[in-house]
Amino acid sequence: MKDLRAEFPILATLSRGKPLVYLDSAATAQKPQVVIDAISDFYSHGNANIHRGVYQLSERATLAWDAAREQVARFIGAPDVNEVVFVRGTTEAMNLVAHSFLPRAARPASRAPVVLVTEMEHHANIVPWQLAGATTIAIPVTDAGELDLDAAERMLAEGPSLLAVVHVSNTLGTINPIAQLCRMAHAHGVPVVVDGAQAAPHIPVNIAELGCDFYAFSSHKTFGPTGIGALWAKREHLEAMTPYQGGGDMIDLVTFERTTFAEVPRRFEAGTPHIAGAVGFGVALKWIMALDRPAVEAHEMQLMRTASEQLSAVPGLRLVGTAAQKAAVVAFTLDGAHPHDVASMLDGEGVCVRAGHHCTQPLHKRLGLSASVRASFAPFNNHGDVEALVKGMHKVRKVFA
Amino acid sequence: MSATDDMYQSVIIDHDRSPRNFRHIDAPSHHAEGHNPLCGDNVQVELLVDVDGKIRDIAFQGSGCAISRASASMMTATLKGKTTAEAQELFDGFHALLTGKQVDTLPLGKLVVFKGVGEFPMRVKCATLAWHAMREALGR
Repeated sequence: MKDLRAEFPILATLSRGKPLVYLDSAATAQKPQVVIDAISDFYSHGNANIHRGVYQLSERATLAWDAAREQVARFIGAPDVNEVVFVRGTTEAMNLVAHSFLPRAARPASRAPVVLVTEMEHHANIVPWQLAGATTIAIPVTDAGELDLDAAERMLAEGPSLLAVVHVSNTLGTINPIAQLCRMAHAHGVPVVVDGAQAAPHIPVNIAELGCDFYAFSSHKTFGPTGIGALWAKREHLEAMTPYQGGGDMIDLVTFERTTFAEVPRRFEAGTPHIAGAVGFGVALKWIMALDRPAVEAHEMQLMRTASEQLSAVPGLRLVGTAAQKAAVVAFTLDGAHPHDVASMLDGEGVCVRAGHHCTQPLHKRLGLSASVRASFAPFNNHGDVEALVKGMHKVRKVFA
Repeated sequence: MSATDDMYQSVIIDHDRSPRNFRHIDAPSHHAEGHNPLCGDNVQVELLVDVDGKIRDIAFQGSGCAISRASASMMTATLKGKTTAEAQELFDGFHALLTGKQVDTLPLGKLVVFKGVGEFPMRVKCATLAWHAMREALGR
């Protein structure tokens, strides 16, 4: 596979005086030069508000915004570009669905909605439902970190309002069988919302093959800027949903008596959006699509397997999440050492990993852990990065064992 | 020596492994809890203070990272026998040490080993967690 390191200028910087070993792409991905340039170029040569001015610059900004939406649609195989709503990120997408779709999905409408989630959900796929007045119940996770599909079937049969499930777990790396879950849910008339934040950077996503009702992901995890993301939804759902944010750009006619809304998806995009962000997002997705994706996937898998193998050889180290289908994420604990101390010591070696609960407190509780350490891989990582991680862990063990 | 080696000095590791006064006090006159949502650290500090304001006993319980445990342990070892007014002065000195302010290190004694934590702003809260709980307990 082509070495992509040179495309990421940040990899040339030092961290605590050591070469940067970035193993926290699951928190946020680094940005390739093309993305950085696209954002800079937009502000240097293309900046204007969209859908407002009649002058050429505004027209160009509007076209760039529309082109970004088309790029998102291509990235997930959506046939209708108007099924793509720009949001701030996966979190905002979940909040949008919770406020605008959930009240319509509740059955029976008189009772508080029930959202079926899983024990491995990120807080962003738990809290929005609770804030919208729903009760969340969770499909159990096995010790290896896989969903208990028999339990899922039983729980779906009870008729929840919605199934909200993560495609790839940010903590365990587990790739969930979304297509199968969608078939199971739909057999019981349950719509499915998929949190694709961790899947989008690692595995090709095709919403038609998945068969879901909603799919959300964030730009910043797919090598684009922060503050922008996308919610894809079936058009019939979007047409039926009431906007939950009002303002400019989302309206058709406004009077003091009554307001009518713009067509979908614009009615869900109130206010001046993150235009430069969308431009960068589009370029980032184009960059991913231009990669030799099977080769990248194989490369990431190899790094993950090597890391898992070599880390397992560190005495007292235990891997967290050993699902058969996994993306390039390795979480672990070390006996006698708190994850934050592990991460701080690795930081001293220039190695950036995540420590804590990774916004999955219920999952950690289920696994009997208060926290864990997580290394996550991107296409630019190499075996040197794995070596630095493993060497760092041997040093940590010497201090704490 | 790297900056983290400086943070994890052997005395800190020692207090993490064998924390002093890691127990309950039967009838504490003061107590408070501290919680750090970033790491999930939590600490309960209990004190037995005389009528003349002397700390006759101080102990802690809880779970957390090495920095927070060692800091809680060394705090209890330092404060036993001190007055509550002295405890407040040590709190101020310790806080100043960790936030990079000019401070007279002499009264802090062994606590100066935590100076290295000041290089890691994300970890300062771990080191001051028990101290904040102690101060809160005395404020009650």
